Amino acid sequence: MMSKWIPLWLHKLGSPPTFYRFAGTLRPWMLALALLTGAIALYGGLVMAPADYQQGDAYRIIFIHVPSAWMSLFIYGVMGFAAFLALVWRIKLAEVVAMESAPIGAAFTFITLVTGSLWGKPMWGTWWTWDARLTSELVLLFLYLGVIGLYHAFEDRRQGARAAAFLALIGIINVPIVHFSVNWWNTLHQGSTIRLLGPSTIAPGMLWPLLTMMLATKFYYLASLFGRVRTDLLDLESGKDWVRTIATGSTHQ
Amino acid sequence: MNASSLQHFLAMGGYAGYLWPAYAVFFIVLLADFFAPLLRRRRLLRELRSRLARKAVRQQRQAPTPTEPA
Repeated sequence: MMSKWIPLWLHKLGSPPTFYRFAGTLRPWMLALALLTGAIALYGGLVMAPADYQQGDAYRIIFIHVPSAWMSLFIYGVMGFAAFLALVWRIKLAEVVAMESAPIGAAFTFITLVTGSLWGKPMWGTWWTWDARLTSELVLLFLYLGVIGLYHAFEDRRQGARAAAFLALIGIINVPIVHFSVNWWNTLHQGSTIRLLGPSTIAPGMLWPLLTMMLATKFYYLASLFGRVRTDLLDLESGKDWVRTIATGSTHQ
Repeated sequence: MNASSLQHFLAMGGYAGYLWPAYAVFFIVLLADFFAPLLRRRRLLRELRSRLARKAVRQQRQAPTPTEPA
């Protein structure tokens, strides 16, 4: 029974007009949750959390730097998975999700690099160093930009999506390299203080705003992705009846 | 929160010059990321509407007996 209705349900959700409506319904909720959790995390991180005994208030950059870094890897994982689905089963929605994840991932990677640089200057005395963590994160940004560039380099959008999906899939090798770089090589960058298994080595007053901001960036990703996928579906399906109905009907929805 | 404690907060223990630009980058980049596709969507729908309107005019000229599509 299950195996019969789940693919049907997925199949329906995978159809562009259905997903367009589904994403349109969920997007404002995701945005509201992102703003709410983000505001709580900001208050917790900037106002309530105590100053660090070594770094003073400079460490407060952590509340945007680390969630952004997590998102830069998480979104790459989603993009790689969607790229795999797109290449193997040629699902149009998977192509769109993969291609529209790339700019959001690039945005978070850029934020990670810039905020890290602004944190590094007062703490390490340098804006940048060519060590494993920083270099592999920069490679991650170039991979995202490569995927975006390749997607737009083709006259035929779907052909471009397939080429870019292939690049996205190869580049997934870089994700564990970024993650484990602080363990594998000597680096200025500090190791992880938050662990899924075993105790985290961070004060609870600093941990909860960090985790709340992580939640906020996840919600933001969904809100942004839904908006982007809706736009891309309109573009890809502009000859279809359902898009025509939206265009000629009300300007919203 | 009075003026001096606000000043204390904004000073961020002397790291204001690093901390606030970092937060500004975070918000500016995400705002741009959020609004870019919404603007693109509006432009797409506008183009599609004008394309449909042109097509409708062309069809009316070719066929003197107008057939109204559903």
